[in-house]
Amino acid sequence: MSESLNLNYIITNEDFTRAGEASGDVKSKLKMMGVPPEVIRKVSIAMYEGEINMVIHAGGGTIDVIITADDITMILKDHGPGIADIDLAMQAGYSTASENVRALGFGAGMGLPNMKKYSDEMTIDTELGIGTTVTMKVYFKPKS
Amino acid sequence: MTIGDVKEILHARFICGEDQKDREIHSACGSDMMSDVLAFVKDQAVLLTGLCNPQVIRTAEMIDLYCIVFIRGKKPTQEMIDMAEDRDIAILCTDHRMFNACGMLYDNGLRGGTPY
Ligand SMILES: Nc1ncnc2c1ncn2[C@@H]1O[C@H](COP(=O)(O)OP(=O)(O)OP(=O)(O)O)[C@@H](O)[C@H]1O
Ligand SMILES: [Mg+2]
Repeated sequence: MSESLNLNYIITNEDFTRAGEASGDVKSKLKMMGVPPEVIRKVSIAMYEGEINMVIHAGGGTIDVIITADDITMILKDHGPGIADIDLAMQAGYSTASENVRALGFGAGMGLPNMKKYSDEMTIDTELGIGTTVTMKVYFKPKS
Repeated sequence: MTIGDVKEILHARFICGEDQKDREIHSACGSDMMSDVLAFVKDQAVLLTGLCNPQVIRTAEMIDLYCIVFIRGKKPTQEMIDMAEDRDIAILCTDHRMFNACGMLYDNGLRGGTPY
């Protein structure tokens, strides 16, 4: 893997049952590429949580995945409402999810903490009324 | 403990993946919130849940979990069964409620994870 490989997905919020298809696709592609299982697991969980957030909080968006020899970068961009207080949103257990979303099994307020835990780098760029971009990176080898 | 043992202990029935009954299970997680499950990453775990939608199968897929037990008599849709079969995930159904189902597995030596 000397060159980088890019994968692009458009995420809609039309059908909740399909949320997570992009993450599933990335997972199976990484498997075929022979990426170590621990790396695949971290990428899968981090991206899936991000993909679900896009669908339930932001009305969908786009996900770009860039795979290089050193790491995997996921850029999740939406044009949703934005996040008013990132520190608060990052707290385990904080959620603004509606009862409807809870009934679907989400809204524990664990998604962003999980994304932070399973990625090696994570940044959130957000502006109220404009949207949110979450960028996450997972290294192939732990950095010293 | 194997998937087959889980089935016997919970008086459950296979919805799919009966051919996987000899696979080993080393730990368990019981939750209706998928992010809780995603925070719990353990090898060879079984998931007990009362949530019954395709995201349960996806969540299992993301953490390589290969046995799901639907409690309280919840029945997965054909779409969910197809998804599970594609991913070699066994599905069991039991009429027991969450607390009892977890207790029965615990009694038989299965454990959850440590707090994180
Ligand atoms: N892309 C986003 N756009 C707008 N708000 C967001 C976005 N992602 C997260 N949030 C806000 O941050 C809160 C916390 O997000 P987090 O993923 O941790 O929890 P959750 O999605 O509510 O529940 P869970 O992830 O456990 O299912 C959300 O409830 C929401 O208010
Ligand atoms: Mg979330």
